Amino acid sequence: MSEPVISVRNLQVEFVTRRATLRAIDGVSFDIHKGEVLGVVGESGAGKSVTGAAIIGLIEPPGRISGGEILLNGRRIDNLSPEEMRKVRGRKVAMIFQDPLTSLNPLFRVGEQLVETIRTHLQMNERQARDRAVELLTEVGIPAPEKRIDGYPHEFSGGMRQRVVIALALCAEPDFIVADEPTTALDVSVQAQIISLIKKLGRERGMAVMLVTHDMGVIAETADRVAVMYAGRLAEIGPVRDVVQRPMHPYAKGLMGAIPTLEASTERLVQIPGSMPRLSSIPRGCAFNPRCADVFARCHVDQPLPLSVQGRQVACHLYENERLKTAEVAR
Amino acid sequence: MLAYILRSLTQATLVMLAVAFIAFSMFRYVGDPVASIVGQDATLKDRQELTESLGLNDPFPLQFVRFLGNALQGDFGISYRQGRPVAELLIERLPATIELAVISAAVALGLGLMLGIYAALNRRGVIANIVMSLSLIGVSLPTFLIGIGLIFLFSVYLRWLPSFGRGEVVAFGWWTTGLLTDSGRKSLIMPVITLGFFQLTLIMRLVRAEMLEVMRTEYIKFARARGLSDGSVHFRHALRNAMVPVITITGLQLGSIIAFAIVTETVFNWPGLGALFVRSVEVVDIPVMAAYLMFVGLVFVVVNLIVDVLYFLVDPRLRGGITVPSR
Ligand SMILES: Nc1ncnc2c1ncn2[C@@H]1O[C@H](COP(=O)(O)OP(=O)(O)O)[C@@H](O)[C@H]1O
Ligand SMILES: [Mg+2]
Repeated sequence: MSEPVISVRNLQVEFVTRRATLRAIDGVSFDIHKGEVLGVVGESGAGKSVTGAAIIGLIEPPGRISGGEILLNGRRIDNLSPEEMRKVRGRKVAMIFQDPLTSLNPLFRVGEQLVETIRTHLQMNERQARDRAVELLTEVGIPAPEKRIDGYPHEFSGGMRQRVVIALALCAEPDFIVADEPTTALDVSVQAQIISLIKKLGRERGMAVMLVTHDMGVIAETADRVAVMYAGRLAEIGPVRDVVQRPMHPYAKGLMGAIPTLEASTERLVQIPGSMPRLSSIPRGCAFNPRCADVFARCHVDQPLPLSVQGRQVACHLYENERLKTAEVAR
Repeated sequence: MLAYILRSLTQATLVMLAVAFIAFSMFRYVGDPVASIVGQDATLKDRQELTESLGLNDPFPLQFVRFLGNALQGDFGISYRQGRPVAELLIERLPATIELAVISAAVALGLGLMLGIYAALNRRGVIANIVMSLSLIGVSLPTFLIGIGLIFLFSVYLRWLPSFGRGEVVAFGWWTTGLLTDSGRKSLIMPVITLGFFQLTLIMRLVRAEMLEVMRTEYIKFARARGLSDGSVHFRHALRNAMVPVITITGLQLGSIIAFAIVTETVFNWPGLGALFVRSVEVVDIPVMAAYLMFVGLVFVVVNLIVDVLYFLVDPRLRGGITVPSR
């Protein structure tokens, strides 16, 4: 397989507070290839946004990347100087946020924001940049872009604003884009349109996409692979079909079970008791152990490392034996 | 745009009318104008003649309209104590106050903006923290104490700067300025600091707070995520948004610098309008007080108008009557 666009290796992110150093991300690893969509799920506070921010170099003090590596097309970007990283941001890696209503600067015309972003990264004069801005608006599906380009953000509807946000993220044709819950703040009626736009653009431009969402339906439809995060750690990551339909990690099972599916709507609706621990009180061993139905002695002692099982990675002691078995068979 | 400005103008006019009404009531009903002019021992006939010639026997609305008409033509009556037209007195004192206030305002605004931005961008820096702590003094120390402290240090102890007056001034027609002479400039330093210090610290703290607020917003995060330079993020995107609330409060503060230079002028014996007002209160010179009141009202109304227009220019959401869609 070709080299991944983005490769996150054993990432650790910490927030230094007066009382303690909190580890928000602990040993997260994944790759995303050209044209691939990685869905990221997990309840709020699991570390999805922080992971995205770490990749595009936007962790701000008191937070810091305290371990691991992030590679873009094989080159490390987590140790670049702020100025070098600024040039990568927007040019090679981009991010769009949850709320399109607040993502655009209210005091500047949409065109001004596009032109400025384009000219920050590409050698273009005002005229060329404006033409490109119109093209981008057309591409993201804004009707009458020549006219709308001179509008202010408040003159656009929520869905249209998110399209503008996407156009802004695409200004310099990045290789990788993080879409952090891009539809959570939108009307249900436009959510599907925005998701399919992201999917389409990703495919057409061969971008690597990290799509953070709560909507398992979106994941099933859009993502190629899915990562399940819990308390700053990866619980499970693998091809979307396998993980969504046959989750292995007890947390992933609970999470997938919490969404009604077409085939078995009611009987799969299991609730996971309890709630995710705060960063300051993550238990020893497996972070999920207080809530896990299949917990056993070792879960309270050792932090489970990702195991390769059945074409995916699962961080759970339950599958230690299974992995050994597979290994034996392979031998 | 036109409708917006018209609305602001209408409001301004209404406020001015109200102020004029108060000034008029003061003029007419505080004390007895006739007694004030001719003294207690004038004959009854003299008094009646004066009452008639001043129009004080006319119905109230007519008197008010006449008062307004005169005021519009710059006629505020005759000072009881000095026997000269009030307008003349005001114009004589105006340059001193305007010069002091405008320079104070410029210093307060310029330094306040710069320090506020600096303190916001270097939130954890040592200098920023020192500046912030010092600014607490400005916010909490009364103006006259600052003035007296400065006089003690620079006039009494170091003997560097004069403690009162404007120094030598140069006249251009009715306007006078101290900026062109050495003693004039020296005389300005302490009053400018005294008058502007509170506003300076206030503007600085406000700019800092607003900047920090804006820097936390999603659109600033998104601007960074697009790789825009720090310069653009800070001074184009953040500052402009921070200015929206800053403009209003700053405008009012600068208005009050011009309007209420009274304390500073008294401390430094500055020959401006404030000192004139204090003097006229001491001797119950009602026409001067009434005119000063209208002057203060006018300053605030004009500043408010400017603020409204600026607001309009800065924030596109106010233009074209489009309302911000709610979430
Ligand atoms: N600036 C910060 N200071 C301290 N803790 C933070 C900060 N930003 C995020 N965190 C913590 O990091 C964890 C992960 O947050 P986040 O990535 O935003 O979760 P989500 O998966 O909902 O996007 C949370 O526990 C959050 O409290
Ligand atoms: Mg989040």
